Amino acid sequence: MASVTRDAVKSRPKLRVSKRDRLLGPVGMVVLYLILFAGALATAFPFYWMVIASTHRSSTLLVVPPPILPSHALSMNYEELMSRLYLTSGISIWGIMINSLIVSGSFTLLVLFFCSLGGYGFAKFRFPGREVLFMLMLATMMIPNVLGIIPSFMLMRWFGWFDTWWPLIIPGIANAFGFFWMRQYIEGSVPTDLMDSARIDGAHEFRIYWNIVLPIIKPALGALAILTFLGKWNEYFWPLLILKNTALFTIPIGLASLRNLYGQEIGVQMLGATIAIVPMMIIFFLSARQFMSGLTAGAVKGV
Amino acid sequence: MATASIPSAKRTKNQELWHEIRRSFWPYLFISPFFILYAIFGLFPNVYALVLSFKEWDGLSEQRWVGFQNYIRLFQDEIWWKAVFNTVWLMFGTLIPQLSLAFILAFILNSGYIRFKDAFRTAFFTPVIASSVAMAIVFGALFGTRFGILNYLLSYVGIPPIDWLGSAMWIKPAIALLVIWRWTGYNTIIYLAGLQSIPSDLYEAAKVDGAKQRDIFWHITLPLMRPVITFTVILSIIGSLQLFEEPLLLTAGSAGGSSTSPGGTDQAGLTTLMYIYNASFQYVKFGYGSAMSFALFVLIFGFSFFYNRFLGRNLTD
Repeated sequence: MASVTRDAVKSRPKLRVSKRDRLLGPVGMVVLYLILFAGALATAFPFYWMVIASTHRSSTLLVVPPPILPSHALSMNYEELMSRLYLTSGISIWGIMINSLIVSGSFTLLVLFFCSLGGYGFAKFRFPGREVLFMLMLATMMIPNVLGIIPSFMLMRWFGWFDTWWPLIIPGIANAFGFFWMRQYIEGSVPTDLMDSARIDGAHEFRIYWNIVLPIIKPALGALAILTFLGKWNEYFWPLLILKNTALFTIPIGLASLRNLYGQEIGVQMLGATIAIVPMMIIFFLSARQFMSGLTAGAVKGV
Repeated sequence: MATASIPSAKRTKNQELWHEIRRSFWPYLFISPFFILYAIFGLFPNVYALVLSFKEWDGLSEQRWVGFQNYIRLFQDEIWWKAVFNTVWLMFGTLIPQLSLAFILAFILNSGYIRFKDAFRTAFFTPVIASSVAMAIVFGALFGTRFGILNYLLSYVGIPPIDWLGSAMWIKPAIALLVIWRWTGYNTIIYLAGLQSIPSDLYEAAKVDGAKQRDIFWHITLPLMRPVITFTVILSIIGSLQLFEEPLLLTAGSAGGSSTSPGGTDQAGLTTLMYIYNASFQYVKFGYGSAMSFALFVLIFGFSFFYNRFLGRNLTD
C-alpha cells in the first residue's frame, strides 16, 4: 500500500502544472517565493549559527551585535571539549559517539531482521488468528510508552539490566510499526509463486525468507533502517533513566551533561552539538527521498 | 437429521483447526517475537502501572495498598494542575501555528508554480533529524536575554530585550517556538504528499464546471485532506502532551531550574512528563508517579478521541 502511494505521488504533479500556471502574476510569484525562502532561512539559521558559534569563545560570541561569521577558536574549543569531558567523565566525545553507533547500529540490525521476518509471516501465510493478531498488534500502537515507564524501569533492575545497553536495544527490536511497515511492502512486492516453487524444490522455510524474500525487500529495509537508526540515535528519556555510568553514555545524554559542565563556554557546547548532528545530516542528505517517504508512510494512504 | 450431523461436523472442524494450527508452525514462529516482547516490555508494565497507581512504593520496601489516595492527592496537587495547564497550553500553542504554517507551505509547494521543489522539501525537513537535545541547547543560546540573536533581531523593530528563559511569561512561547521550528517541516512533507495524491481529474472536472479556485479549495482540497489532517493532529497531540527534553533543557539554566524543583521560574515551563519524571525518579514515589502516568495517558487518549470523534471525521463515513 505504501509503495502504491509513493508511485502515485511521483506520477501526479506533471498532469496539473500547465493549466493553473497563468493564474498568478509576477507579484504573486515573488510573494510565494519570499514565503518559501523565509521558511527555509528560518529552518537553516539555527544550524548555521550552531556551526558559527562553535568557532567562537565567549569573548567574541557574547557581544552586540552578535557575530554571524566564523572566528578562529575552533581548535581551542575542540581541545577544551576533549580534555575537560575526559577529566570529568573519563570519556571523549568520540567515545560517546562510538557508544551511540554501537547501540543504534545493533538495534537497527536486529529490528531489520525481526520486523522483516514478522512482516513476512503476516503478509505471505494464512493461519488461524491472523487477522485478530494483526489488529491486536496495531492496537498496541495507540498506547503511549509513558504509561508503563515506572514498571519498565523496575523490570530492568530485576533483569540486572540497569546501567547497561540491553534496555536500549532489546525491548523494541520486534515493534508494531516495523512489522506493519514490512508487511505492507512484502504483500505487494514478493511474488507468492516464487516461494511456492522454492517449496516444491524442498527449500526450508527459513531459507526461503533468507534467500528469496530478503533480497527483494531491500528498499523497504533501507527506509526502515534509516528511521530506526534516527530514532535510537536521538532517544533521550529512556537512556536518561537507565544509564548512570558515564562510560556508557549515548549522544543525547552526553550532550545534556556537557551543558552542565560548560555553563559559560557556549562555543564548546555548540561544537558538541555540531559533532552529534553531522553524522545524521550526512545520512539524511545521502538518502533524503527514502527518508521522507518513510516518515510520511501511513499518513497518506487514506486519501 | 440436522441434529445428528452437527456434532460430527463440529468435531471435524475442530480437528481441521488443530491441523491448521500445527501446520502453521513457521508463520507463528516468525510473528512470535513481537508478541513475546510486547507481553514482557509493554503489556506487563502497563498493567502493573495501573496496579501501582493504587499503591505506595519506593521501589525497595514493601508495597502498600492505599486505594484511591494517589488519585485524590493528584486532584489536590496544585503543581500537577499547573503542569497540566502548561502542557495543554503547549499543545495548542504548538499544534495550531505549526499545522497552519505547514499547510500553507505545502499548498504553495504543490501549486505548480514553484521550481526547486525538492530542494525546499529537503530544507524544511532537516530539523526533524537533528537531536532534540542538541537543538534545545542551540535554542537556549539563541534565546539569550542580552546576547541572544532573537532579542537582537527584535530590537530592530523596537522591542526591548525579552527574558525568554527566565520569566514565567515567556518560557512557554520559547518552548513552543523550538517545537514549532522542529516539526513544521515534517508536517509540510506529509501535507504535500497528501495534496499530491488528490487525483488531478477532480480539479479538471471542477474547472470545466466553472468552479472558482476558492470553491475548489473548500469543496475538493480540504475535504480530501481531512484524513491526513487528522493524522497530523493526533500525532501532534500525542507528541506535545509528552514534551520532555525541550522544556527540561530550556528551563534548566534559569533560576529555579534545579533538579529538585524543575520548570523554571514559577514552574511555568514544567510539563506533565517532567513532573512525572521528577516525582518518580528524583523523589522515588512510584505509586504517585504511576497514577500521574495513567492520568497523562487518559489526557492523551481523551484529546485524540475528542478530535477524532467530533472534528476529524472524514466525509466518506
